[in-house]
Order: sequence, then C-alpha cells, then structure tokens
Amino acid sequence: MTLDFILLSVLVLAALWTVMTIRLIHSIVGLAITSVILSIIMYRLNSPLAAVFELSVCAGLISVIFIIAVGFTERTSKKMFPAERKERLTRFWYLPFIIIAAALLMSQFLIVPHFELPPPAESQNVRNVLWNLKHLDLLGQVIVLLAGAFGVAVLFKESKK
Amino acid sequence: MSPDLAQLFEYFLIFIILLFVIGFYCILVSFNLIRILIGVEILIKAATLLIILAGFLCGRTALAQSIVITLIVIEIVFMVVGGGVTFWAFRHNEDIDPRKLSDLKG
Repeated sequence: MTLDFILLSVLVLAALWTVMTIRLIHSIVGLAITSVILSIIMYRLNSPLAAVFELSVCAGLISVIFIIAVGFTERTSKKMFPAERKERLTRFWYLPFIIIAAALLMSQFLIVPHFELPPPAESQNVRNVLWNLKHLDLLGQVIVLLAGAFGVAVLFKESKK
Repeated sequence: MSPDLAQLFEYFLIFIILLFVIGFYCILVSFNLIRILIGVEILIKAATLLIILAGFLCGRTALAQSIVITLIVIEIVFMVVGGGVTFWAFRHNEDIDPRKLSDLKG
C-alpha cells in the first residue's frame, strides 16, 4: 500500500510537471515519465500485458510522435521566452493549489460506495479474451488504425500546383 | 468488498480524480494544440488506470487488459491524427494557437 501511495503521488507530480513546464520538449519527457510510472502501477495490479503495451506504445511511440510534431513548429525565441513564461505562470499557478485542495477535500469527504463485487471471471488469460471473446474488438481496432492511416494521408497530402 | 480492497479503491480513486483535474485544466487553459493533446493524453491515462483498477478489484484483469489494449490503439490513432492536424494548422497559419483556427467560420 505504501509503495502504491508513493507511485501514485509520483504519477500525479509527473503529470503536474508535464502540464506546468514551459518548454514543450520537457512536457513530452514528463508525459513519458508519467507513462512509465503508470506501467509500473499496471504491472502491480496484475496487468502485465497492458503494462508492456503502455510502456512501449505510450512512453515510446507517442513520445516520438510528439517530438516530430514539436520539430515542425518554431522554437520560442530567447527574447520572447520570459514573456511567455510569465504569461504561462499567470494561467497555471492556480493548478498546484487546486490539486492540493482537491486531494485534502477528497481524503476527508470522499464517500466510496461499498458495492458487492461480482464473482471472478473464469477466464484469466488475456490472450484468450482478446482473440476468442473480443475478436470483434480486434476488427474494430484494425478499422480504427486504417481510418487513422487515411486521416494522416489526407492531412499530409501535398497540394498540386 | 473487503476493507482492504475498499481502502485501495479509495486511494486510487483520489489520485485518478486528481489526474482528471490536471488533464481538464490543461485542456481548458492551454492555447497550444500540442499542449491540448498532452492534456487529452493525461485524461486517457486516468481512464486507463481506472479500467485496470476495476479489473483488479473484480478479478477480471484479462478483460480489463483487453479493453486497455483497445484504448491504447485508439489513443495512438488519436495522437497521430492530432499531430497531423497540428502540422496542418502550423503550415497554414504559421501558428498552433487554436484561437487562430478560424478559416471555417461562416
């Protein structure tokens, strides 16, 4: 429980740093750290396959996609940097206080319903569930990936001049 | 639900709600398309953790993992298309401020 508490605290702090840091590249690093910590938590919650997916895809692939997107944009000039930092701080300085206040309030007043859990499922093999029980979902995933590929092809299409 | 599981659920629920608050705040306050995508990513991470926690508490980790894998696939597509939209916006407007994306305004 203590380790879970530490991991969850670091997860929230990493997400907070991701949102509040000024440089976009630092945000992307923060997001990757958030994904890594989330993977560890998922592994501790008996979900190793999803943890591996999270680690490889979210911490790896999505970070690369973000870095490519940032590479296309222009870096803030040194002259503009202090002004941008000040402007961001005026918008974001509330957030840590909101988080602390929300955490304190919820730790005191959050009422969690004590519902009855259903009996454990028979199948505990994720491969069996994915390939045999949820094969329609797999088809949906393939369609979503194809739709994404078409979307990117349309977005990146060069106009003929 | 046993008291141990109930306490675990309460701990996790507080942190998941905090992640949701961070993600929503980022989306609401940012004027940069990449930062908005990052906010959405944090929201998706909170949802992922909630699904995995539900699977763990119910003893259906296999089902929860398969749902999370589907979610991750949708997340990749969302991020790739979002990155494409950002690139398109920058190429057309020389800026990724969503307030300046007003070409479709009637």
